[in-house]
Amino acid sequence: MRVAVPIFPGSNCDHDAMHACCNVMGWDTKPVWHQEKALPEGTDLVFVPGGFSYGDYLRCGAIAALAPIMTDVKRFAAQGGLVLGVCNGFQILCEAGLLPGALLRNESLRFIHKKVHLRTERTNLPFTRAFKPGQVIEVPIAHAEGNFTLDDDGLVELEAQGGVVFRYCGPEGEVAPEFNPNGAENAIAGIVNARGNVLGMMPHPERVVEPAQGGTDGLWLFRSLEG
Amino acid sequence: MKVRVLVSLKPGILDPQGKAVEHGLHGFGFAVEHVRIGRMIDLEVPASGIEEAKAQAQAMCDKLLVNPVMEKAIIEVL
Repeated sequence: MRVAVPIFPGSNCDHDAMHACCNVMGWDTKPVWHQEKALPEGTDLVFVPGGFSYGDYLRCGAIAALAPIMTDVKRFAAQGGLVLGVCNGFQILCEAGLLPGALLRNESLRFIHKKVHLRTERTNLPFTRAFKPGQVIEVPIAHAEGNFTLDDDGLVELEAQGGVVFRYCGPEGEVAPEFNPNGAENAIAGIVNARGNVLGMMPHPERVVEPAQGGTDGLWLFRSLEG
Repeated sequence: MKVRVLVSLKPGILDPQGKAVEHGLHGFGFAVEHVRIGRMIDLEVPASGIEEAKAQAQAMCDKLLVNPVMEKAIIEVL
């Protein structure tokens, strides 16, 4: 697996992403500066990391979505290449038009940093094929703008096409308002595009890939990618 | 020409900032409702007429200034 991790001014989860891919999974992982015009030759996965790209100016991810490297990420995605966006990476993919919807300020107005449970809604994707249907994993969130929103018709379409991959839930997989940390529509934590090759999620699977980090549930996603 | 773009959240989109400010105003005894917070962007564009200036600002809204999923804009030529 060859991984490219685009880095923008203000990215701060790039090293977590590279640690998970390179040191834990043993994949050939390359950082790619946002001013680059092309991804490394033979890239299999683009991992758009979290952070505060461009200081969240204008809207989270809006300026990063215009960075030179994103033109090639869009080309890569259009050819079926795998793209994973986590946290600010998810916001960037939405702003770039690679995923539907937008991430609003958390309903509580607060930055929330805690572990949450996620129910896996799709297991027939390159990102989730190692999961059992409905499997619950525990992964941390760390964001102020993770409140997923989409217009009513778009939301119906997204649900109908199986675009929701992860939903916030309780320890037993129960979806209820008390388990929705940020007010996201339908408790949506992660979505995939219609083609199934672009995944965006607010929680951080790359932060729980070895016991020293306090959990290993993120490995399910990375092992899925390994095939 | 100077153009002002007023960006606000669409009706129906939750505005937690507006809610918090509304709550704060209630604390001062103001009987205020439906507080919404937006963003004002002033631009200077090389246009020769009002319609041209508006069209340029609209194009900028479509490309970058507004996220149509959650926001709408009002364009004023100053």
